[in-house]
Amino acid sequence: MSADTGAEAAQRAGERREIDLVAVVKEAGVAALVTLGLAFFIVGLKTETVPGGLALDTRWSWVAIAVAVAFVGRFALALRRQTRRPASRERREQIADRIAVGVRIFARYAGPAVALFAVALPLMPFANRYIVDIATLVLTYIMLGWGLNIVVGLAGLLDLGYVAFYAIGAYSFALFAIHLDWGFWGALPVAGLFAALFGVLLGFPVLRLRGDYLAIVTLAFGEMVRVILINWYSVTRGPDGLSNIPRPGFFGLTFERRPDEGVTSFHEFFGFEYSSLYRIVFLYYVILVLALITNFFTLRIRKLPIGRAWEALREDEIACRSLGINPTNTKLTAFAIGAMFGGFAGAFFATRQGFISPESFTFIESAVILAIVVLGGMGSQIGVVIAAVLLIGGTEVLRGLEEFRMLAFGAAMVAIMVWRPRGLLAHRDPTLRLEPQPARRGASP
Amino acid sequence: MTVMEAANDLPAPPSGAPILLAVEHLTMRFGGLVAIDDVSFAVGNGEITAIIGPNGAGKTTVFNCMTGFYKPTVGRLMLDHGRHAYYLERMDDFRIAQQARVARTFQNIRLFPAMSVLENLVVAQHNELMRASGYTLAGLFGWSAYREAERRAVERARYWLDKVRLVGEADKNAGGLPYGAQRRLEIARAMCTRPLLLCLDEPAAGLNPRETANLSRLLISIRDEEKIGIMLIEHDMSVVMGIADHIVVLDYGRKISDGTAATVRGDPAVVRAYLGDDAEVELAAGGASTHEGG
Repeated sequence: MSADTGAEAAQRAGERREIDLVAVVKEAGVAALVTLGLAFFIVGLKTETVPGGLALDTRWSWVAIAVAVAFVGRFALALRRQTRRPASRERREQIADRIAVGVRIFARYAGPAVALFAVALPLMPFANRYIVDIATLVLTYIMLGWGLNIVVGLAGLLDLGYVAFYAIGAYSFALFAIHLDWGFWGALPVAGLFAALFGVLLGFPVLRLRGDYLAIVTLAFGEMVRVILINWYSVTRGPDGLSNIPRPGFFGLTFERRPDEGVTSFHEFFGFEYSSLYRIVFLYYVILVLALITNFFTLRIRKLPIGRAWEALREDEIACRSLGINPTNTKLTAFAIGAMFGGFAGAFFATRQGFISPESFTFIESAVILAIVVLGGMGSQIGVVIAAVLLIGGTEVLRGLEEFRMLAFGAAMVAIMVWRPRGLLAHRDPTLRLEPQPARRGASP
Repeated sequence: MTVMEAANDLPAPPSGAPILLAVEHLTMRFGGLVAIDDVSFAVGNGEITAIIGPNGAGKTTVFNCMTGFYKPTVGRLMLDHGRHAYYLERMDDFRIAQQARVARTFQNIRLFPAMSVLENLVVAQHNELMRASGYTLAGLFGWSAYREAERRAVERARYWLDKVRLVGEADKNAGGLPYGAQRRLEIARAMCTRPLLLCLDEPAAGLNPRETANLSRLLISIRDEEKIGIMLIEHDMSVVMGIADHIVVLDYGRKISDGTAATVRGDPAVVRAYLGDDAEVELAAGGASTHEGG
């Protein structure tokens, strides 16, 4: 071991001696040139509306800054690469794995703490309408991420059309709640069931497909659902959308300022002053409970035979077949259960907004949910939380950056894909151990 | 083929053991290519049957037909448990493993690399555990019957880990094991499905001599203790000649010899297939062309 590192150090020293300055300058020059080419049009030229049409405004100083930054940055990067041997990929993976394990151990204790924090959030002194709203949004995406994690992270079926189930959940909820007057709690399970049913319907034709092919078909499915929602006017009211979707009640109490005859409202029952915040906080708790149910369900099912079969299917389908695992049923259950949670989230979305239209269910939603799962580390529950907070919360916080928000978002994505292609927390703990726990193993003789 | 029809009787295992699997007139064509041409043989219960032959002789294709990964063009594959007979050529691959209880390993190891060694073995017991977990519903609520079933599954996994000397690695990732250990784990995983016929595709490939000797001992102990049939594709003749009760030799998709190790070794057709014409000038001249033996 020590001889190994000694040899490495010697090698590193050898590399440090010779710095090829010409190559470094050349590399930096090429980078600067590329930047110039890009910045000339994107940064250098700007259209301004002036009376009587558009005028072209030039910002050459900006271009110069961009080119200079690219040159200096690339120069420093190339110089660093020449002087210092970069940590090998394996080593980096090891370090990242150790961090992931650390976070896992931390999460064992921090998980409940975060959950407690989430429960207490609306009661915190700094909590205002804006914070609770963002937290609700983040939790919706956490739930969607956890739902998709079953399909993508556990079963390894790359689904680019997850938003379809979100939409089906939202629309079936809205239609049942409006036309049959079932209320939120009555229509919620129906929304989940409908989404699951469509999960099976989608699952059947795509069973033979894997990887990219599956991704394309699911992508198409997502678009099909959206197009149907737009065009089936008699049912979905097309682009006009569905409005007057009933709000959830709290054990029969509504959150209206002036409830209908015979209905008691929340603030009247408890003798509070009316505040619109009650409903927002209540919705926050509804999605918190739904998300936690999704999480506990996933944690539990991972330790059951079906969960292990999903993971085995992700690892090697042919081996699964040779062990007598029915791949059809296994995949369909993954699709159905993932879709069901998407449907629940959709129902929540519908009841929160009170209005839904096909515009809310575009491909970008699928992409964001998938990004949450992939960036978090496929199969990692806590990774989904971190990624959702960063991606959804982050983009909200970065609203001040305006058009550079998406740039920051993209840069973060690229950075993660370069340094941690398997996701932030892509460490997997076995679901079952022969030895009780490593910590205890050390203590026993 | 017409000549074969005259001796239509299925060749029995040389030892006269009860027949577990009868392969009759198995033919597999891929377009114009005939990978297996009218091969018939029988696998005895409680015996080790080896399929040998030069590269490209069709050995793995026979395995793929037996385990349902290919549907044979012609032929019948009857697996007889005594209670129930299964026609493997009509069954889906996973049903062959599930119902007819034929387990297999792969030439290029197929483990679940990101899962732990123990999980690999527990996944192999999927169908039993599925039933015990009430198809997930009962397991979701922590039914005690499922806990008991899972404990038993872990016990069986531990038994097989012990057999293949991997108990210490149980909680490690299967993908991180050394090559030889991965081969052993794949055999243990196949055994965890409680097969009646175990099919091993080149289990000794890439093993060192000591590991190979251990493998031979393991296979003999599986045969003697579990009393199941074992089929084996192998290029390592020390393994085949040492442990096989019955050897079937294929060449260019045809069966050229069938019998005990002694019979096969003395068969001029086998020598010709493996060594070519030049090596057997003393033997009667044959029409086989020269090609490399494995």
